[in-house]
Amino acid sequence: MGSLKPADGHASETGFFVTQVDWVVNWGRKNSLWPMPLGLSCCGIELMAMIGPKFDIARFGAEAARFSPRQCDLMVVAGTLTWKMAEAARLIYDQMPDPKWVIAMGVCSSSGGMYDSYSVVQGVDMILPVDLYVPGCPPRPDAVIDAILKLQKKIEREKPFQLLLDGDVVGEYDSGTKRFLRAPNHGVPTTGSHEVLPPTKPGRGRS
Amino acid sequence: MSTLERVVEALAGISHTVQKPRDGAVAIEIEASVVPQALAALRDRAGFDTNVFVTAIDRYPAEPRFTVCYSFLSTAHNDRVRVQARIPGEKPHIATITHLWPGTAYSERECYDMFGIVFDGHTGLKRLLMPQGYDHHPLRKDFPHQGIEPDRLYREWDQRRRDRSPLRSESEA
Repeated sequence: MGSLKPADGHASETGFFVTQVDWVVNWGRKNSLWPMPLGLSCCGIELMAMIGPKFDIARFGAEAARFSPRQCDLMVVAGTLTWKMAEAARLIYDQMPDPKWVIAMGVCSSSGGMYDSYSVVQGVDMILPVDLYVPGCPPRPDAVIDAILKLQKKIEREKPFQLLLDGDVVGEYDSGTKRFLRAPNHGVPTTGSHEVLPPTKPGRGRS
Repeated sequence: MSTLERVVEALAGISHTVQKPRDGAVAIEIEASVVPQALAALRDRAGFDTNVFVTAIDRYPAEPRFTVCYSFLSTAHNDRVRVQARIPGEKPHIATITHLWPGTAYSERECYDMFGIVFDGHTGLKRLLMPQGYDHHPLRKDFPHQGIEPDRLYREWDQRRRDRSPLRSESEA
């Protein structure tokens, strides 16, 4: 586990114990980022290459791609998201338990890319809070691995136990531009704080 | 016998115009009202057994606005024919040919989705590519390419989702 020295200078404000627990929790979270591979187009192929043996994100604890959102921490939106698919993407995100992170992989999911079109979501931050944007069309697997390492750095800075009471699981949403400006600052998940919703379409399961 | 001669012979008794397109293809134009008879004659008498596509051209603002285009392939003779029929822009509709070529059901659904052309007699005419409930037809010339409220259906769904959610957030409301 290495040194137990706090990574930042907040020990005097919050107490040694809380800082150390934060550090341990973050250490666990950042080294077991299980990705939800939302491969929507050609970026999905690069995502597969990244998970495979040549680039091997198992080196960073992120190899366990799960196809159930309920077992995932990291949603990688890999490819062009259309408005028709947006409901499904948001539903998958809602089904992931907190804490969860989102990487917008490639220019299509970052900004719509070259598809300035009626059918394409102009950046997945219109429907999801995004932690990291990876440019490229598609980005090389190295670039996405770099994003995962940056996300690990970001998780190191989170203070889960200091946010125990006012944890923020939504991020910042601007209703004017209808975009998420900031990803959540994860506290410790409490029961019921993640949204697991029954299907909304009539005729499918519970209504 | 050339392809054109075979087509003209099969269409005996049905009014049609032979076109001379620049690409040299065999192309005829027929009235929209005779589409089922003419295409049945092409299939049964001229051997055009395969439908390649059904699509449309929007000549907005000219009238008649839409041209419905069919392409057929004869696997026995290895040749093709193009058929066009013009229909007006106000409530465009044309008879279906799914009883002749069942596979055209998807093409006609796509054509309905993109141009708003109703195929009379089609048993499952609903949108193919755009979400159900969308109000517009994207390949029409008067449709802006960035769309008309492309996020409306998603936002409505999102509002219902948030109304049902146990987690309410002011920042997201």
